[in-house]
Amino acid sequence: MANLKTEAMDLKFKNPIIAASGTFGFGEEFSQIYDLSILGGICSKGLTLTPRSGNKGIRLWETPMGLMNSIGLENPGVDKFITEELPRMKTYNTIIFANLGGHCEEDYLEGIYKLNDTNVDAVELNISCPNVKSGGMAFGVKSSVAYDIVSRVRKICKKPLMVKLSPNAENIPDMAVACESAGADAISLINTIQAMAIDIKNRKAVFENVYAGLSGPCVKPIALRMVHEAAKMVNIPICGLGGIMNAIDVIEFIMAGATLVQIGTANFIKPDIAVDILNDLEEFMDNENIKSLEEIRGII
Amino acid sequence: MKVLVTAVAENGQISKNIYRLSVKFDSEIKPGQFFMLKTTDNAFLLPRPISVNDVNENLVSFLYRLEGQGTKKISSLRKNDEIQIFGPLGKGFEPDKLLGRVAVIGGGIGVAPLLYLCKVLGKKADVYLGYRDKENMYIIDEFKSSARRCIVVTEDGSFGEKGYVTDYISYDDYNVVVTCGPEIMMSKIATICRDKKIKCYVSLERRMACGMGACLGCTVETKTGNKRACKEGPVFDSEELI
Repeated sequence: MANLKTEAMDLKFKNPIIAASGTFGFGEEFSQIYDLSILGGICSKGLTLTPRSGNKGIRLWETPMGLMNSIGLENPGVDKFITEELPRMKTYNTIIFANLGGHCEEDYLEGIYKLNDTNVDAVELNISCPNVKSGGMAFGVKSSVAYDIVSRVRKICKKPLMVKLSPNAENIPDMAVACESAGADAISLINTIQAMAIDIKNRKAVFENVYAGLSGPCVKPIALRMVHEAAKMVNIPICGLGGIMNAIDVIEFIMAGATLVQIGTANFIKPDIAVDILNDLEEFMDNENIKSLEEIRGII
Repeated sequence: MKVLVTAVAENGQISKNIYRLSVKFDSEIKPGQFFMLKTTDNAFLLPRPISVNDVNENLVSFLYRLEGQGTKKISSLRKNDEIQIFGPLGKGFEPDKLLGRVAVIGGGIGVAPLLYLCKVLGKKADVYLGYRDKENMYIIDEFKSSARRCIVVTEDGSFGEKGYVTDYISYDDYNVVVTCGPEIMMSKIATICRDKKIKCYVSLERRMACGMGACLGCTVETKTGNKRACKEGPVFDSEELI
C-alpha cells in the first residue's frame, strides 16, 4: 500500500493534498460534501487584519481552461476568523493554515500576533498584496522587499510559516532563496498570474481593477516550471500549486520537487475532486510500485 | 446537495435557443433552487448554474438558453450521455411566505424557474410572462395549467399582449410579487412594489464558480452587507437589495 504521509514544517500531514486558499472558503461548504479529515490540510480564505468587502463589478471570468478572478480579498478579518471560523475548522481533523495578507508591515505583524495565540497549525503568508507604502507594488515582486517582510514576520511568528510566492516575482529562484534566508519554513507557489480580459462590445476592461488573477489548468505548465526552478535553489519544502486537476498533475509537481501540493480551481469544477485525486494517487503509486512519494520527489 | 455523474434522461430544443434537459434525481428540491451542470469531458472548465424548471417524481428538468460555449456543449448531450450535476443549491423561494394574492412575473429565460414555484403554490398565482416574440416563447401551456391566470406579453405583439410585461401588471390586486428575468425588468417591478408597499421577491442571476458559497464570485450588495447569490440567494427580498 502506498504511503502518503508527509512531514514538512515540523508538521505531520496525512497526505500532501491541501485545499488552496480562496477556493475552499473556511471549509464549511465542502464539509457538507465529503469528510475533510481525508485532506492533508486546508488553507483558509485569504485573511486581512480588518474585514474587507472585496471588489465591485465582475469578479469571475472564464477563459479557455482558465479562471480569472478579482474577488479583492473579501474576508471577515482575522478577529472574526479566530472566533467564528477557526474553532469549526479545527474540528475537521486536518492541518489548518491561516492565509494572511496585508497592505503594510503593521497589518502583517498585528495579524501574526493575533494568530500566535490561537491553535491554528500554521500560517501561509500571502505576499502578493500591493504594498501601499511603495506605490502599490506587491511585496512579492522584488526579492529584497519580500526578504524584509518575511524576516519581520518570522521574528514574531510562533507558528510554522509558509510563504506563498507570486508568479509575478521578478525572479523566482532569487525569491525562493530570499524567503528561505528570511526564515520561512516552506514556500508555496504559484499564486495567480496577473492577467486581463476585455469586453470588446463595451470597449472596456472586464474587471474594474483592469487586471485580475488567472488560475486553472492553463497556468499549470508555468507553475510546474517555477516549482522546478525554486526546488533547485532551496532546502525548505515546497508546496506546489497552479492548475492541478488530477493525480497525474500531483505526480508531476512532486517529480518537479514539491513536497506538498494544493488543489485550487479544481475545487470549483468538481467539489469532491480531492477525493478522486487521493484515490487515483494511491492507485497510481500501487500500479507503479511506488511505496512513498520520497522515491519520486524532485527526480527531474 | 450532492455531486453526481449521471445519465441524461432527455435533452432537446423546445423553442428558439431554449433547451430542456432532464435527469433522474430523487432528493427534495425547493422551487427557485439551482444545480451546477457540466459535461464530464474537459470541453469547458466551470460548471454552469442552471435553475430548476420542474420536478416530476424522480425527474428534475432544467431549461437553458444557448449563450456561449458551455451551454452549447451541454446542448450537444444526447439521452444516456454522462453529465455532472451538483445540487440542489441556493435557498430558493419560500412558498410558505407567499401568502394572499400572488403575482409571478417572468421575462426571457427568467421564466424557467417560475414553473415549479407555480406548481408548488397550487394554481394560486397569477402569472405574467414576457418574451421577445412568439418564436422565443416557451412553456406557456404548462403555466396555463399551473396558474390561476396566465398573461403572455411579447415585445412585438406576435403573441398575446404587445409591449413589456411590466406594462400589464395590476399591482393593486396583489399582496406578494415574485419575479425573475432581466435586471432592468426586476428593478422596475421592485420600485413599483416599494411604492405600493407590496412584498417583492427577486431571483438574481450572477456569474459563479463554485455555486456553494466558497468562491465569493457572485456577491450581491445588500443593506446588511455582502450576500452570496448562490447561498443566501438567488432569491432575495427586494427591500434587502441596494
